[in-house]
Amino acid sequence: MAISLDDLLTALWQTLEMVGVSSVIAALLGLPLALVMVATSRRGIAPQGAINMALSAVVNAIRSVPFIILLVALIPVTRLIAGTSIGTEAAIVPLTIAATPYFARIVEVSLREVDGGLIEAVRAMGGSRLAVMREVLIPEALPGLIAGFVVTLVTMIGASAMAGVVGAGGLGDLAIRYGYDEFDTGVIIVVVAVLIALVAGVQFLGDRLVVRVDHR
Amino acid sequence: MDQTVLDWQPDHRDQSAPVLRVGKVSRRFGGVTALDDISFTLGAGQVLGIIGRSGAGKSTLIRCLNGLERPDAGRIEIEGRDVTNLSERGWQKERQRIGMIFQHFNLLSTRTVIQNVALPLKLAGVAKAERLARATALLDLVGLADKAHAYPAHLSGGQKQRVGIARALASDPALLLCDEATSALDPETTLSILALLRRINEEMGLTIVLITHEMNVARRIADRVLVLADGRVAEEGPVREVLMAPRAEETRQLLAAASLGFEDAGRPVREVPHGHFA
Repeated sequence: MAISLDDLLTALWQTLEMVGVSSVIAALLGLPLALVMVATSRRGIAPQGAINMALSAVVNAIRSVPFIILLVALIPVTRLIAGTSIGTEAAIVPLTIAATPYFARIVEVSLREVDGGLIEAVRAMGGSRLAVMREVLIPEALPGLIAGFVVTLVTMIGASAMAGVVGAGGLGDLAIRYGYDEFDTGVIIVVVAVLIALVAGVQFLGDRLVVRVDHR
Repeated sequence: MDQTVLDWQPDHRDQSAPVLRVGKVSRRFGGVTALDDISFTLGAGQVLGIIGRSGAGKSTLIRCLNGLERPDAGRIEIEGRDVTNLSERGWQKERQRIGMIFQHFNLLSTRTVIQNVALPLKLAGVAKAERLARATALLDLVGLADKAHAYPAHLSGGQKQRVGIARALASDPALLLCDEATSALDPETTLSILALLRRINEEMGLTIVLITHEMNVARRIADRVLVLADGRVAEEGPVREVLMAPRAEETRQLLAAASLGFEDAGRPVREVPHGHFA
């Protein structure tokens, strides 16, 4: 095999860094985005048709672009934000921009499923719209939010394989360069095994956490 | 006439200080008139039962009383304050003085029983120790002190509604709104919840507005009844007068439905075999 354990660990770390940082930022941006989308919708707690349509259009547009295209198209933006368009850190920018609307849509679905009666109950006891979000929407949707974050993580692990295009490294890049391009099936098998273990681990931890916070 | 009508004879009511005054309230949704020229007054410590079939406008009316719904016309006063044109922020303050319980209880699944009861106080900015102390006292009042740290999913329907009542009382309301509060409960649990509401009404002097489609619920607890039909007041008055001498056709139909429902409940007295309970 043409790679050492060191190469594998470096690639694993690069994947964890890209996916971890971009997904966490996407969660921090995507949750408020989803809350605004749900609140401004026609039957939301603060209906605002124009804002809702504009946000929805942006989210749809980003989600429509294949990630490999987004990665290249965003190079100027990446350079502006990260200072460089090459390397692991640089890949975080397009990954975050792809992950945010993705996570936001998943969260939106979870928030919409919160029983309207609970919202009414908190409004009836004098709760503000912000209180409705803080005391009802987020806690009641929490199992769905965590499950949605796990789905986002796994999707981003997949997307990060393409980040090799901008020299970001990572497990996917390792498999493509040393395995696929050099006809080294052994490398592919090892990398895929590591990816399977990674995804299974993330899913397992996520499921455990969901059970813990779900009291329904 | 049914004997239960005479069970409830309020004599300590103070009619001089209305908690609620509703004048000529109307509400339309598109082309549909949900409420048409509704007027009534409710004195402190009284229980008003608003009865009507589904679609009569009961839900819209009770939601107008805490600003979750805004009337298109008319005037609403609570404890002498005109709340008709309050801003959303003004209503938020006002709602802290109005408790509400619901058909499906609407307890937060992620909070324990005591956290649910304490929530109105948390929203009102009451310190944690104080709100937990008050919530504990209220759980004691509704007989659920031992369930304080359980989650709602582990309670029966009747227990959930008791938690709902404790929560509605947390901020010491002037008015309690009950939205079909017993409609999801079995007959026996319904009676125990109505008894609890009556006890609270008597002991705390709490004014209650209760909407229901069941005449039997109203006759158990209400001092006055208001019969709604197609968004209008078909009839309004002291419970005994309305039930014993109904003037409106709608009232007669609801009474007929109530007596049918009573027989359907499985205790048709004349069909009980002799010696069955001996």
